[in-house]
This record gives sequence, C-alpha cells and structure tokens, in this order.
Amino acid sequence: MLKADQKDKDKLIKPLFETGRTYWVTIAILLAIIGWALYMYYRQLTLGMKVTGMQRPVYWGVYMVNFIFFIGISHAGTLISAILRVTGAEWRRPITRVAEAITAFALIVGSLQIIIDMGRPDRLLSVILNGRLQSPILWDVLSVTAYFLGSITYLYLPVIPDAALLRDNLPPYSPAWRKRLYSIMALGWRGNRTQWIRLEKAIAVMAVLIIPIAVSVHTIISWILATTVQPGWHSTIFGPYFVVGAIFSGIGALFIAMTIVRWKLKLEEYITEKQYNNLGLIFITMSAVWMYFTYAEHMIITAGQEVYEFPVLTSKLWGDYAVSFWVMVALMVVSFWIMVIPRLISKTAKRFLVFQPRFTTGAVLLAVVTGYYLVTDSTIPGLSGINPETLFFLVRGSLLVELLFVGLGVAKWFKTRLVAATTVAGVMVVIGMWLERWNIIIPTMTHPYLVSWAEYHPTITEVALTAGSVALFIFMFLVFFKLFPIISIWEVAEGRVIDAERAKVTIPMPEASGIKERLRGKGIRKARG
Amino acid sequence: MAKWSMVIDLDKCVACQGCSIACRFENNTPVVSPEEAALGRSILWNEVFPLRSEGEAAIASAQAKFLTRPCMHCEDPPCIKVCPVGATYKDDEGIVRQNYARCIGCRFCTVACPYGVRYFNWYEPSWEEGMDTHLNPDRVAGRGDLEGPAIRPKGVVEKCTFCIHRHHKAIARAEAEGREFRNSDYTPACVQTCTAKARFFGDFDDPNSTVSRLSQSRRAFRLLDEAGTSPKVIYLHEG
Repeated sequence: MLKADQKDKDKLIKPLFETGRTYWVTIAILLAIIGWALYMYYRQLTLGMKVTGMQRPVYWGVYMVNFIFFIGISHAGTLISAILRVTGAEWRRPITRVAEAITAFALIVGSLQIIIDMGRPDRLLSVILNGRLQSPILWDVLSVTAYFLGSITYLYLPVIPDAALLRDNLPPYSPAWRKRLYSIMALGWRGNRTQWIRLEKAIAVMAVLIIPIAVSVHTIISWILATTVQPGWHSTIFGPYFVVGAIFSGIGALFIAMTIVRWKLKLEEYITEKQYNNLGLIFITMSAVWMYFTYAEHMIITAGQEVYEFPVLTSKLWGDYAVSFWVMVALMVVSFWIMVIPRLISKTAKRFLVFQPRFTTGAVLLAVVTGYYLVTDSTIPGLSGINPETLFFLVRGSLLVELLFVGLGVAKWFKTRLVAATTVAGVMVVIGMWLERWNIIIPTMTHPYLVSWAEYHPTITEVALTAGSVALFIFMFLVFFKLFPIISIWEVAEGRVIDAERAKVTIPMPEASGIKERLRGKGIRKARG
Repeated sequence: MAKWSMVIDLDKCVACQGCSIACRFENNTPVVSPEEAALGRSILWNEVFPLRSEGEAAIASAQAKFLTRPCMHCEDPPCIKVCPVGATYKDDEGIVRQNYARCIGCRFCTVACPYGVRYFNWYEPSWEEGMDTHLNPDRVAGRGDLEGPAIRPKGVVEKCTFCIHRHHKAIARAEAEGREFRNSDYTPACVQTCTAKARFFGDFDDPNSTVSRLSQSRRAFRLLDEAGTSPKVIYLHEG
C-alpha cells in the first residue's frame, strides 16, 4: 500500500473522480467542433482537395502551417522535462506532466495534419513500403515517429508510480474499471528500492536520448522547406531558427496550460510564481534568440537583392502579407516587453509620473488621437504650416513616444502580476508563432520563380480542420487529465523531501559587507548558524 | 541509349498555344471549368505564358515576351530528390516520368520544381459530353503502371512526359516493320503540331542531331540555369 499525502489527495486525486458540469459542457463543445471538422474532412475526401483554397502555385497552405505549428508546440515537453531534469532544476517538478502531455498530444495532432494534407491518404502505407530515404519527408517520418515513441514512453514512465498511488488510494465511489486501469498501468509497482532505481535510470536515459531527437524533429521540418530551391526558403539558418521557434512556442503553450490548470484546480500551492519566473527567464532568452534569427533571415535577403527572393520579402514588409508579418512582429515585441520591462523597473517606480495610471491613461488617449490622424490621413489643426516631410516624422515619432509611455504604464501594472503577464505573453507568442509559420510558407508559395504570382485565401474547410485540430488537442488533454493527476505526485513528494534536507544546511554568515546583499539576491533571507 | 532533348526557338514561336492544345488531346489532361481555372487549377502540361519581368504595360501593348514551357526533364531534377515514394523517376533515356498509381499526393515535388511544370488533380478529372468518348486510348507499355495519357485519379500529381507513349508506340511499330528504331520515329505531340516549326526534338548525345547542333548556337540558353537543374529543354533567344 502506497500512501498519498492528504494535501495531494484533496488537490490532485479527488478532482479525478469528481467531474463538474463545466467539464462536460467543454467536452461537448469540443466534440461538436471535432464532429464538424470530421464532416468537412469527409467532404474533402469525396470532392477532392478543391474544397481547400490551395491551387497552383500555392500547393501548400494552412495544413502545412498547422503541421509546423503543432510539431513546434510539442517541443514544450522535451525542453521542460528533459533539459531541466538533466540539469537538475528542482522547480520543474510540478509542471513536467503538463509539459510532457503537451508534447505527446501536439505530436499526434501535428502528424494528423500531414494526412489531412495528402491527396491520397489511402496510400499512406506506401511511405513505408516504397519509402525513399533520400526524401526529406522520409527523414521527417523517421524523426517524428522516433520522437513520438520517445515522448509517449517519457510521458508514461513517471506515470507508473502515480498509477500505483491511485490504485492504492481510490475513493470508495470510484468505478471498478478505473481500479483495473491503474493496476495495469502501474505494472505491479510497489515502490521498493530496486523499482525506484530502475525507474530513475530509465527516466534519466530517456531524458538524454530525447533531446537530440527533439532537435532533429524541427530541424528536419525546416529542411522540408530549405532543401527546395524556392525563393526565401533555401537558407541554412532555417534549422536552428525553427528549433528556437519551436521551443519558444512550446513554452508559450505551456504557460497557457499551466495557468488554466492552476486556476481551474486551484493549484496555487503547487504551481507557484517560481515556475512562472524561472520558465519566464528561458522564455525571454528564446524570444531574444528568435528575434535575432528573424532579423538575420530578413536582413540577408534585403542585402542580397536576389530577383526572386526580393518580392517575397517586400510582400511581407508592405505587400499582401504585411498585416500578418507586422502583427507577428508586434506580438513578439509586446510579449518581450511585458516579460522584460516589469523585471527591470523597481517596486517604488510609482513615485515617478510616467508610471502613474493617470499618465498612462493620458498617453493612451493621445496615442488613439495620433493613430486616428495617421490612419485617416487627415490634417492636424494648427500644424498645417509645417513642412509635410517634417510632419510625417513628427506624427510617427510622437506616436512611438506615446506608445512607449503606454508600455511603461502597462509594465508597472504587470510588475505585481507575474502570472497574468506570463500568460498574456504566452498567448501572444502562440498566435505569433502560428503567424510566423504562415509568413514563411505562404509568401514563398505565392511568389514562385516562373508561374505568375498568386493569392491564397483559406476556405471554410481549412478553417474547420484547423479548429478541429485545436479542439482535438484540448480534448485529448482534458481526457488524459481526467484519468491521471495533472501534477506528478511522486516527483513533487520527492521534491519536498529534497527541500526539507536542504533546509537543514547551515550557511555561515561572514561579517564582510556586501555578502548579505548578494545572498539576498539569491533568495536567502536570513543568516543561520 | 538516346538522351532526349528539346530545343525551342523563341524567335520563331508565335505563342499560338497550339502546343498546349495538342498536348491536351494527346495526354488526356482534364478540362477545367472557368471558375476553377481562375483559381489557378487548370492543368496545362505545356503552358504558354507572358514573362513576369515584362510587366503589365508590356502585356497590354502586345510587346510582352511569351514563353512556352514543357517539362524541362532536368538532368538533376529537384522533384525526384524530394519524392518520398519514388512515384516520379528518371528513366534510362533521361525522361522524368510520373507514376500515378504510386503518388501519395503530398505535393512536395510540385513545391520543389522551380518551373511549375507539375500539376495536382484537385478533384476527379472530367470532360464535357462528347469529349469523354474521344480520349486518347494510348497507354504506356511496360510495367502496367498508370502513366502518360492514362486517366488520372484525383489527388495525384501529373506532368509532361515528352509523350512517352509515343516513344513506346514508335518502337513497337519499328519492330512490327522489322527494322531498327530511328530517333526520328519519335516526336512529342507539341513538336509535331508547332505552327511555326519552333520546336525541335531529338537525341542530345548524337552530335549530328538537330538539337545538338542548335544547342551550340550562341542564342542557346537554359531556363533558370542558376537553379542548378541542368534542363534538357534548351531555348534559343529572340533576336
């Protein structure tokens, strides 16, 4: 008999057996969306791909964007659990299960996009029977399959002790099939020393193995594009660029999942601000690296003046794809801002006028007025005497300054709301990364070498299948976490033991000045011993 | 073993689109409704189009340069490299072929081809009444694969094959007549029909063939040579 902590029992085990109405309503809505998508896919199967917005030369559209997006999201799990486990980051414990589940389910949904995109899904097996290893698609099949098998194993291994825990701590009213399920899943786990050693060893091996596989997955996905000679794709930077983007969007998705779980199941004691803060720091790093890659990628095309690549770039900067491109840039910049600036301003910042709400409100109003003049292109009363060229820079410059002040005010507000700031940034980045995939695939597809330039507008079928894919992802997530605890109970319990041991360590406090401040910076408040 | 090659003299080409029409009837490419054609779903194995660099003004003033474009049958084809199932392949005589029975419709080859010579069947091909009973019955000899003018199912990619079935027919005829196959026995439909006699077809390896001699011309160039595909279709510059 394994015993669970009373707190874990109430917070983590009880919700598995008590289902509220909201849960069933959500499930019903998700199933409805999935049903709609299934019907639309059936139509696509019978009528052919003409129900999509794809044509010549836009041979790849939203399905391909979704494919890269979902596989990108799947990098959340690897990063959090594998890298953090290998580096021994203790704070990872409460969020590993969520991260690993995102990986497994995003991979399923992502791979599904390829089948949806195929003209002849009935010949899927041909990829194995007649597969040519020289084709990047085969590399993809191999690496995604390896990653999927790896991440399913990696999700399952830490579930074993928890399944045993559930098996032994079932509430009396639970149905019989759940006892059977947990007994099977627990694989006869008794929690003895040999079993723990084996489990830890298996997890450690998997953690190391899965990191190179994860890196290979998104590299190879980028190579599907980069191995062609199409304008804008034939770039060596694509491999690392996609991997960074994948981890970036993965953390964004993890933030959203963490916050919803924390809020719905009231897990504030488990998922604390520490997780948000530490993961936020990785997120900021990824954001910076992503921006560096994005800048480098576009900068080189700008300087290259390739006759075929240049139109792809201009279509993003001020052409057909300017909206999706600049919205992406804005989302990334704003998400970076609300993650970084609140960390930089001091707690006493409200002494300064620029951080006070009334100043921010004023800046918002001014920005709205300036933006209105800019959009409508109307004349500004009293400024008609100014040289139009000076006015051009004046209006834009003042808008920028006003937005800067708005940003400072917002940063002050987010300063005390770490979870809110992080979640908002996560949502922005997930949307921004979807747009990034769009901005990579569609402008190149619409601006080919010889064929006349085209436009691409997704149809209702593509919208339905995208919505269905997202719904399927959330559905799998909800069902899985109705069956298994959202937080790895044994890992958190292990963490508590380690914390308790560490708390006993005494740190001698030298009298030298400055040491106190340095220790305080590391989170150690009181001198002991 | 011949290395089939085509030379197109742009000086002679009048952009009548006869090649496109001949190809259509020879290879049973499906007819597309005007709405679908406006969406960019027409299938023209040999397309005639104005060059983009000429701009709208040139097209309006009838000054534009037109290009007629069959498959380049590259020596180093990007489409074959990316196919995951080997549905597209280069045969012994250098012709890039497409097996409809094996294609999984992933459209990687259509994306990889810089010339846009590959077409996807967005839906079940159909013909107007009357036309559907007069389709080309010729079939590609050999392994019994769905190739060449065979009716394509929906969801697969198709492309110009240099009328490969005509090649097979010419060999069969030479055999029936009890003589050696001559390179001049085999001509694709577009070459045969060309109004201005702007197209030439033959064995590139034979130094005395028309195509070898024309490819030595100072006007000779290959389309998108910088893509590194080494096309076997050679154009002759205007003027």
